[in-house]
Amino acid sequence: MKTYQETAAEIISEFMLFTDWMDKYNYLIELGKALPLIDEQFKTDNYLIAGCQSQVWVKAEYKDGAVFFTADSDAIITRGIVSLLIRALSGRPCDEIINADMEFINQIGLREHLSPTRSNGLNSMIKQMKMYALAFKTKHESNL
Amino acid sequence: MTGTDVKYIRQQFPILSQQVNGNPLVYFDNAATTQKPQQVIDALNNYYTQQNSNIHRGVHYLSQLATNAYEESREAVRQFINAKHTHEIIFTRGSTESINLVASSFSKKFLHQGNTVVISAMEHHSNIVPWQLACKERQAHLKVIPINEQGEIIFDEVEKFLDKNCKILAITHVSNTLGTINEIKQLINLAHAHEIPVLIDGAQAISHIKVDVQALDCDFYCFSGHKMYAPMGVGVLYGKEKILDEMPPYQGGGEMIKTVSFAKTTFNELPFKFEAGTPSVGDVLGLKEAIRFIENISYEVMEAHEHELLRYGTEKLEQLGDIRIIGTAPQKTSVISFLPGNIHPFDAGTILDKLGIAVRTGHHCTQPLMDFYKISGTVRASFAIYNTKEEIDAMIAALQRIKIMFA
Repeated sequence: MKTYQETAAEIISEFMLFTDWMDKYNYLIELGKALPLIDEQFKTDNYLIAGCQSQVWVKAEYKDGAVFFTADSDAIITRGIVSLLIRALSGRPCDEIINADMEFINQIGLREHLSPTRSNGLNSMIKQMKMYALAFKTKHESNL
Repeated sequence: MTGTDVKYIRQQFPILSQQVNGNPLVYFDNAATTQKPQQVIDALNNYYTQQNSNIHRGVHYLSQLATNAYEESREAVRQFINAKHTHEIIFTRGSTESINLVASSFSKKFLHQGNTVVISAMEHHSNIVPWQLACKERQAHLKVIPINEQGEIIFDEVEKFLDKNCKILAITHVSNTLGTINEIKQLINLAHAHEIPVLIDGAQAISHIKVDVQALDCDFYCFSGHKMYAPMGVGVLYGKEKILDEMPPYQGGGEMIKTVSFAKTTFNELPFKFEAGTPSVGDVLGLKEAIRFIENISYEVMEAHEHELLRYGTEKLEQLGDIRIIGTAPQKTSVISFLPGNIHPFDAGTILDKLGIAVRTGHHCTQPLMDFYKISGTVRASFAIYNTKEEIDAMIAALQRIKIMFA
């Protein structure tokens, strides 16, 4: 499996293909439409990250030393970005998730979506993903 | 208004000539805040370059100058809304603070255990939360007058809320989300028939509708400067002298006192009793200039222009197909809340922004209203005096593009 840094670099090079914002957003929409990211039964308040405008659900599982995320949003652009976050973080060891800088979001020109003033839940989502990783680390790896 | 007139008005708003994301800015977020004309910007600039000084206490030249200008603004506001007395005009930071002032101060005196505060289902959070806080403190109850599907208050329901327990009716003049213009005169008459005072949240009305507080006979009227072409940071609370006199001070500090000793403080008279601390003098002067701007154009001309934009925008949106307009009352200001098919408002807003079009998306601080319509939010386009049909065309073209993108 590729490291976080390798995956991030891969995403950056994919986005470099797009010359204008329209293509970039069309790609995000495509990603967003692609698949239901989370099982419908988990779209509950328990997994909801309250953003002001679009709702984001995120669920985490710990398996064999790695954290696996599923997530979804009711807005397609948010969903497209969510799928990038999953691609970058899911299936990795706790420490790699906790230490991921998420700088690729800036690099691909989506910084505005992660600004604290953009109330779409993405910021809280990243925080939540790292919290999950931290919690799993404490629970499963503290006595190693 | 002719195209030339609008062009002339637009020239007075420097911010409107900029490009956003490579497109000419189309500013349709006027219900959140309007842009400022040059004369308002100049007033601020002039204040800080030539008049800045703390008011009311200084004997020196600049203090006199600033105090006079500040008090002239109060008189300008009085004339603007036709209040009986200048001291019935209290400067606040905005509508929200005006409502909080009343909710806090009025309630301390008049709201008791078991009493009710009555609002409507279309209120902005600013006219819900302060009353919730007051009710909690006073062990009173908040009651909500329902609305119909078009977004109008159900008049037949009103009277049953106005019982002997009701101590105040607090209602919006215009809905920020729906644009509905409420029949506040009728509501005030109805409440007064039961000797219940009425607070009107005028935040969304003041830049569209001529307000005459004496004709309305409302007990309180609240509005913000920044939604009527004035700077942010200044708002107005109008209150009838009698009721304001009976209310205790809201905040303590300088300006609002007559004498202070450690044993006892006597409070200043109206309006100073409610203006603790140094006010935002420059913004208050800007407000006066905004009043001048509005009156130069006249409400008649503004209403006609904005109504035409509302008519045109609604028609064009309906022609697009697959658009659900939220708020279809016959009496509306120039606000259109809508859902573009199955496209999430946030998605639509993001792409509109990329095309230089500023709209608001989300629940517009009216979550209970969103619950009523069983939606999570809308796209809201709200028009002001400087907007044009060409800008509406640009939004419609953008929405067509968005429809294809998300198909």
